[in-house]
Amino acid sequence: MRETFTKGMARNIYYGGGIFFFLVLIGLTVDTVRSLPKTDNSQNLTELVIEGKRVWEVNNCIGCHTLLGEGAYFAPELGNVYTRFGESTESIKAFIKYRPVEGIPGRRSMPQFNLTEEELEAVAQFLKYTDGIKTARDWPPNIQG
Amino acid sequence: MKYESQGIAKMYFIAAIALFVGQILFGVTMGLQYVMGDFLFPEIPFNVARMVHTNLLIVWLLFGFMGSAYFLVPEEAERELYAPWLAKLMFWIFLVAGALTILGYLLVPYARLAELTMNDLLPTMGREFLEQPTITKIGIVIVALAFIYNIGMTVLTGRKTVINVVLLTGLVGLAVFFLFSFYNPDNLVMDKYFWWFVVHLWVEGVWELIMASLLAYVLIKVTGVDREVIEKWLYIIIAMALISGLVGTGHHFFWIGTPDYWQWLGSIFSALEPIPFFMMTLFAFNVVNKRRRDHPNKAAVLWALGTAVMAFLGAGVWGFLHTLAPINFYTHGTQITAAHGHMAFYGAYVMVVLTMISYSMPLMRGQKAANVTAQKIEIWSFWTMTLSMVAITLFLTAAGVMQVYLQRYSADPLPFMVVQDKLAVFYWLREVAGLIFLSGLFLYLYSFFAKGEEVKLVEE
Repeated sequence: MRETFTKGMARNIYYGGGIFFFLVLIGLTVDTVRSLPKTDNSQNLTELVIEGKRVWEVNNCIGCHTLLGEGAYFAPELGNVYTRFGESTESIKAFIKYRPVEGIPGRRSMPQFNLTEEELEAVAQFLKYTDGIKTARDWPPNIQG
Repeated sequence: MKYESQGIAKMYFIAAIALFVGQILFGVTMGLQYVMGDFLFPEIPFNVARMVHTNLLIVWLLFGFMGSAYFLVPEEAERELYAPWLAKLMFWIFLVAGALTILGYLLVPYARLAELTMNDLLPTMGREFLEQPTITKIGIVIVALAFIYNIGMTVLTGRKTVINVVLLTGLVGLAVFFLFSFYNPDNLVMDKYFWWFVVHLWVEGVWELIMASLLAYVLIKVTGVDREVIEKWLYIIIAMALISGLVGTGHHFFWIGTPDYWQWLGSIFSALEPIPFFMMTLFAFNVVNKRRRDHPNKAAVLWALGTAVMAFLGAGVWGFLHTLAPINFYTHGTQITAAHGHMAFYGAYVMVVLTMISYSMPLMRGQKAANVTAQKIEIWSFWTMTLSMVAITLFLTAAGVMQVYLQRYSADPLPFMVVQDKLAVFYWLREVAGLIFLSGLFLYLYSFFAKGEEVKLVEE
């Protein structure tokens, strides 16, 4: 680099730029958090949904599935599974409930998590709530996720 | 090696490499599960294997960063480490906590692990990469605080160079942003939004500071180029990393229920994110071309150039491929993401740690550089691992393009599992490449034990 561009100038760009854009990120975060109620389906965030989120977490569902596109890419997207399963929480519960313990020979299988009826209902309600989040351009692109 | 306490790095590096081997063994296991779905089922289901694969990566990179800091900081600060005993103690705490966590993943169902570790008191488990029990997360914070105290006191009471101040800033940032892992709101959109404050602000933020400072240090050592020149490069690279990467976090806020303006902000700023990586490549080659000496450690020079190039390809180019919102609409959460993740982590963070190990390990073993045979083997392992990672990335990219077309783009989209079956050939090829990577890793291990002719030392 040319001598007219000094180390001091580079340092100032680093500190100035770093601090400035960090403040920009904080400002945008404040704005985002404020405007979330319009899209985040929080009006349907019931006690049961919260319990469902816990069931989702402690069974590490994200280790195979994506949820709104984030997670592992081994099993289907579940952000719109409620729509894909014909808007039926019963179908979701039945799917989880009847997974064979030993799996399906030669195929990827979902483990049998032995959830209680209450846990099944909770996680199904959590997935219904997630489906109700208004994502930009109504992502995912189609029903297959 | 100028200071005795630098030698503490050795135990950290040995642990890092051992965990690296574990990470890759689980990687090839998962690769096989992609095509043989019932492999090790239900004993080690995919989600467990993946958790072990990604958590081992994070833990061994942290070991690598800590080891690198213990080696680099005393020399830059021109004094012994503030508290060598603390560094040794933290090593064992971190290793035991890490090992127990991994064993917990493997030996009991995850839900049971959550129960045993009283996740209900402060639920933080079950989020991608942050699967560790809350108690482990607290352990990580304690180790990080002790580490930063130790490194910080060494820097503050010693010579402050640009390299050790930037490294310290990166490490403090690493610890601070990890605190967001304790924030797990019930609102899923909020959860996802702040989850990225750990994940993105680590790998596309403060870790870049760590990476750039480690690279700058090794380049000073192996090329003898004037520190002033290198420090100027370092500042401008990390300036660009923060300028692009902070608001660039927005490329994760396209489809999770966050406002639409992130599509513009995220696209524009993340499109700039390749710039710091490109500058790193220019920097490394420029400095090596202007070298004032031919360092006998040829392998270390190769790793340093390699990490600059591969970080640019993996993080820069493969990141840019799917970072613009209109493209990401189709590629989000597909094998394209997996392709990018593999090459970016390998190119930027795996390789920079291996660069530090390559440079410092011979010094800690009382040599200027490893013997001729050992270096030759290490260079072979460099090419085997790097080229097989390129292959893994290309196969996953091909799988991703096909997946996007069949599942997301075509007029008649097919279900996820139907598409996965059609991608089997790419997954098989990826698995073969993964096994070659594993053989490269064994070659790498062997390079530490190979005997041979001592390197010729050129008078400086």
